[in-house]
Amino acid sequence: MHEPGREGDVWNIEVGLLLEAIYQRYGYDFRDYARASVERRMGQLLQDSRCANLSEVTARLLREPEFFHNLVPYFSVSVTSLFRDPFFYQAIREKVVPLLRTWPYFKVWHAGCATGEEVYSVGILLKEEGLLDRATVYATDISQPALDTGKSGIYPLEIIRKGSVNYNESGGRGSLSDHYHARYGAAAMDAELSSRFTFARHNLAMDTSFGEMQMIVCRNVLIYFNEELQNAVLELFLESLDHGGFLCLGDKETIAFSSVAEHFTVVDEKARIYKKRVPR
Amino acid sequence: MTHASFPFTALNPPRAVLLGGSAGASQPLREILSGLGPAFPAPVVVVQHIHEKAGGMLAANLDESLALPALEVLDKMPARPGHVYVAPPDYHLLVERRGTFALSVEEPVRWSRPSIDVFFQRAAQVWGRELVAILLSGANEDGAQGLAAVEQVGGTVIVQAPHSAQFPQMPMAALELGVGAAALTPEHIGTLLAGLQEGREHV
Repeated sequence: MHEPGREGDVWNIEVGLLLEAIYQRYGYDFRDYARASVERRMGQLLQDSRCANLSEVTARLLREPEFFHNLVPYFSVSVTSLFRDPFFYQAIREKVVPLLRTWPYFKVWHAGCATGEEVYSVGILLKEEGLLDRATVYATDISQPALDTGKSGIYPLEIIRKGSVNYNESGGRGSLSDHYHARYGAAAMDAELSSRFTFARHNLAMDTSFGEMQMIVCRNVLIYFNEELQNAVLELFLESLDHGGFLCLGDKETIAFSSVAEHFTVVDEKARIYKKRVPR
Repeated sequence: MTHASFPFTALNPPRAVLLGGSAGASQPLREILSGLGPAFPAPVVVVQHIHEKAGGMLAANLDESLALPALEVLDKMPARPGHVYVAPPDYHLLVERRGTFALSVEEPVRWSRPSIDVFFQRAAQVWGRELVAILLSGANEDGAQGLAAVEQVGGTVIVQAPHSAQFPQMPMAALELGVGAAALTPEHIGTLLAGLQEGREHV
């Protein structure tokens, strides 16, 4: 219901203007991000910025590129964990790995990989299944600081502890400690894993296809996009997948209502793993 | 709170009914919702702290025991009247202005994900005074700030009467924060809500 003059209404207008200003001034397009989440983070940004209101933030970012660049992290959510949702990795092991084996060589695109924990999780799984040396993994994200963390492969031990529990539940074949070296209170992931990884910047809202992939992993990224952008990204994934290739989403994300649904079959409903149909 | 002071009726229903709870909330939740049917004129949204391994179970149990359908929220699901929506564990629940749910894996707030505060604050922003927000039993202080936000936009705020709560800390925290919430037993809350569907069975 539109009630002109409501305080909340002004806020909504200000958020729209801020996103438009960022797009026109810097070319970052956050206009089709899911508003609920953007607004929440704009609230945090406003608190941290010491500006009186969001219009003041907009005025500053238009004139001060450095101010804007400090705001970019507010638009990307870099929260993830090792072996998040163990049932997902179990489903990969049971239902995807047997088919990956049929390719002599395959490419995996991990889109929106944040700080890389889930990239290492997939890498560990592939290594345990003897498939790592057949794989090339492209890990992309919009945030360079997040990519830098992923590239370093160094994580606090707290993350490893929680990851170990998930690893065991996911059907890991050994121990998570087989895959990292602890030193100076942190864990460095096995370099053999990262030797197969390429971390690169990619903006799902703006950039194009990444080449033909046998598997695309994009978990808990689409939840931050509105329906239009979700469809556009799913079309991009469809275009980037080999026939018979796999698309893996977060467990609350579904392609069921999207424009690409008819091009995929369901491999595992709960784990949200889909397979691109081979044309008849 | 009496029927007279409860601002909503079957002809003037709220936009949504929110229920937040933690430890000890399942029982009162069931009691409150047991009298509601598919003709209930608003969506009912439940944000309860449950273990991430129990994903889907609360919604499945409610769906089985209630007369109205209960489902765990998926990304972009629309909030429709006559349905119970349960926040999935390990996600924050939000809502868009057009009434579809949104999810986020941002950091837990007060060690909670989903956070009752996060959802109630967002619901206050979107649905304003046409809200009923209810805080049930719990052994932490999540939800107090959220209830305050709903009160601030003129929504109707209720807590489970602390003496009737297995873990009174959660409703107490809201009252101690100064939220002017009515403290009611689950039975009483259930009666108020059931009143919203009177005469609607045949609509």
